[in-house]
Amino acid sequence: MKIFIPTPLREYADKQDAVQVKAQTVSDALDQLTTQHPNLKRHLYSEEGKLRAFVNVYLNDEDVRYLPEKEATTVSETDSLSIIPSIAGGC
Amino acid sequence: MATLAEETVALPQLDNAEIARYSRHLILPEVGLEGQQKLKAAKVLCVGTGGLGAPLLYYLAAAGVGTIGLIDFDVVDESNLHRQIIHTTADVGRPKIDSAADKLKALNPHVKIVKHETMLTSANALEIIKDYDIVADGTDNFPTRYLVNDACVMSGNKPNAYASIFRFEGQASVFATKDGPCYRCLYPEPPPPGLVPSCAEGGVLGILPGLLGVIQATEVVKLILGKGEPLIGRLLLADALNTKFRELKLRKNPDCPVCGTHPTITKLIDYQQFCGIVPEEKPAAMQNGIPQISPLELKRRLDAGEDVFILDVREPHEYQIVNIGAPLIPLGELPNRLGELDPNREIVIHCKTGGRSQRAAELLKQSGFKNVVNLAGGITGWATDVDPKLPKY
Repeated sequence: MKIFIPTPLREYADKQDAVQVKAQTVSDALDQLTTQHPNLKRHLYSEEGKLRAFVNVYLNDEDVRYLPEKEATTVSETDSLSIIPSIAGGC
Repeated sequence: MATLAEETVALPQLDNAEIARYSRHLILPEVGLEGQQKLKAAKVLCVGTGGLGAPLLYYLAAAGVGTIGLIDFDVVDESNLHRQIIHTTADVGRPKIDSAADKLKALNPHVKIVKHETMLTSANALEIIKDYDIVADGTDNFPTRYLVNDACVMSGNKPNAYASIFRFEGQASVFATKDGPCYRCLYPEPPPPGLVPSCAEGGVLGILPGLLGVIQATEVVKLILGKGEPLIGRLLLADALNTKFRELKLRKNPDCPVCGTHPTITKLIDYQQFCGIVPEEKPAAMQNGIPQISPLELKRRLDAGEDVFILDVREPHEYQIVNIGAPLIPLGELPNRLGELDPNREIVIHCKTGGRSQRAAELLKQSGFKNVVNLAGGITGWATDVDPKLPKY
């Protein structure tokens, strides 16, 4: 499946805007992403290993926090994950 | 929105000049005479007259929004002009609010411009917002984003036409309507300071705020007219580099501390503190365990022949614009290139203004480097205080 990497995090993912992984669940996909790009880990997870509150993960167009099985939701090859961090710029 | 649509009583009349001016709206069934009168009756507050505010304000004034409030306290800088199209070269140095008001009055003398030359704060936000129907958030920092959101919710759910931008990417939505989600439902907490670069540090395509500001203006006008499908409960993502638009579903969080069923935040708070921003004292000698050095002090030490290794952690394209001859390892590559640095030498790290170099210094310290120092103010500070011949970007 495809994981979209937002602009602020691309510098920690070899400047790519999307990464391809083979995964069974949302958390499996995120694990593979951070294994391929270890520098992403501290930007996505807190020291306690929780997904940071200012980073949202969407499975297709649904917020993973609102899916019944959350990060344990199973995924297929045609699904996409989007990482959406908060940005504030407007200047 | 419903309240706006219901206010059909005593809508202001249009005079002949206004009928001529708005004729292309008047013949549009979705606007018509009544819609144009609703626009004239509407009061919209635009927070910020910068990149997003410029196109947003221009179009709201052109569309005939009757009362437009402006909030800004900044002055026009040369580096604003590549995107803040409401300001011109002749305006450099003028208060943005005056420059913007002049352009809007020139464009449409029928609209009333209200100037609030102040910073929006917890002390004045509710008082300012109460006179408006809709708020359009075009600010550039997290504390004000949360302040605008909370103030809109607490003012009886004033809709907030929201957009934010970074480099080539933008987000837009309409927050804080009665039944829709607010900004905190989407992002309960802000990122720690410094993690998400600002436009000044990360750069922004000059056209991007135009694209997003016009989306905000469209949402404002739709809310006033009560027509179409507003961006409530939806987050629009715009990627200008690949010209791709995507949409994500947003949900109202029943546990939201501000708009949830049992709100825990019912008064405006200290948003600087909420966003982890420590009040700036005189340039601190230490920040997060990293000693800070001023450009003048670094110059003095170099002139004295001291052994200081200077490292530049900006991007190669920034290095091309200006550099002080220091070796370059971009921040993102640093974790994998620590081996190139001598852990026993004093390392002074610099970037553009001091934010990324602070993070680089923290990273080196965590990796066992004993003597790392951050150049406060970065190469911009160096150009100001030490070598004014260098360009600033």
